[in-house]
Amino acid sequence: MEVTKLDPTFKDEVSNTRGGQNIKRCYQCGTCNVGCPVREIEEKYNPRRIIRMTVLGMKKRVLSSDFIWLCSACYTCNERCPQDVRIADVMNALKNLAVKEGYIHSSFAKRLELIETNGRLFPVSQFDNTKRKELGLPQIPPKNEEVQELCKLTDSNKLTNVGE
Amino acid sequence: MKYALFLGCLAPVMGRQFELSARKVAEALGVELVDVEDFACCGFPLRSVNEETALLLSTRDLSIAEGKSLDICTICTGCASTLAETNKELSHDHELREKVNEKLQKVGRTYKGKVTVKHFVRVLYEDVGLEKIKSQIKNPLEGLKLASHYGCHYLKPSDVFNKFEDPEVPRSLDQLISVLGAETVEYEDKMHCCGGVILDIDDNIALAMAQRKLEHISAMDADAMVLMCPLCGSMYDRNQRVIERRFNAAYNLPVLFYTQILGLALGIDPKGLGLDMNRVKTSDLLSKLGF
Repeated sequence: MEVTKLDPTFKDEVSNTRGGQNIKRCYQCGTCNVGCPVREIEEKYNPRRIIRMTVLGMKKRVLSSDFIWLCSACYTCNERCPQDVRIADVMNALKNLAVKEGYIHSSFAKRLELIETNGRLFPVSQFDNTKRKELGLPQIPPKNEEVQELCKLTDSNKLTNVGE
Repeated sequence: MKYALFLGCLAPVMGRQFELSARKVAEALGVELVDVEDFACCGFPLRSVNEETALLLSTRDLSIAEGKSLDICTICTGCASTLAETNKELSHDHELREKVNEKLQKVGRTYKGKVTVKHFVRVLYEDVGLEKIKSQIKNPLEGLKLASHYGCHYLKPSDVFNKFEDPEVPRSLDQLISVLGAETVEYEDKMHCCGGVILDIDDNIALAMAQRKLEHISAMDADAMVLMCPLCGSMYDRNQRVIERRFNAAYNLPVLFYTQILGLALGIDPKGLGLDMNRVKTSDLLSKLGF
């Protein structure tokens, strides 16, 4: 990779994003990689490397990659990191920035649409409410107008139109 | 003991046995759970794509509970940690709270920061207590070997929960199981994640994560796995057949919510605890207990 293609301000952009505040503390010890249950299955997920690439300024490579979406949010790395980098939160910051650059994983576009439409990730159908009634459980409203409004206020409704 | 019951998105649709059994044991143990129709998504599913929307959704839920002067009790570990994390952040960062409230006011809500958030199992452990549970047992679960699975967000991020227990070596769920008379079994990688959060990102990885745990628990001859999160439940119970087919394996391992085994010990009828709704059949387990 040519040095001229690196963006030295990328690490600042991440550290100014909610969750990314501590990224510059990382000294590459690899504790995050060792305890990561995703990495145990799939080596292409490499949190230590993602942080290194970010600090070096490989903005496009990081934000357009599919591996930033693989964090399972188990927080094992957050707990064990000797520098309190809060890696799981850094991954969230990177994904938020990726979305702003137009890279949204298709499953997240779907999640947004479902939550905006129904107020919840898993819609409650008429069938579900009938089942619930039979079991003596309270009915659940099929949509929530306040949630729709909050998605609009924060432009989340526009993100669902971004390419796959 | 009175809480606003936060059901979350998953349990009312795919974990009704958890909801049902939680309500039954709460009633038996004197915990009042109040239904709140206005609650919606906790915000967790949107944290990756829009932190601001996620923050507004969780603060909105907190403000609704505050308006009713109630603390929140969840039956999903993800909802518990998301709401607790937002709560902690807003209690420290007043500037952020003002910014959030400015937008929330547009839907007629505001949050002052007076609510606490706990998962139902933590309510059982801390508010009800092992002694009271022990005194109410009618059917001790003697002879059962049970493997506990805490679920990441019951414990982590630990600073959000004021480190109420060690996230690497937790004890509460195991103690809650032992007090019912059952034996708890230890197994390899007990604290590993179920993979549920990335199931719709890469199902090969997510199901392999769940498969490893089923493998490790089966190796210890456990009668069942006991957990407390509907997402973990969907990975190990609802998807167990999918995993068996994909990895050419056979586990047939019953997966119960803690409130289901607690209910059995308290003498509540298995059907009332939704045991017939579990995907992996629980009949062998029940016959071991004399049902």
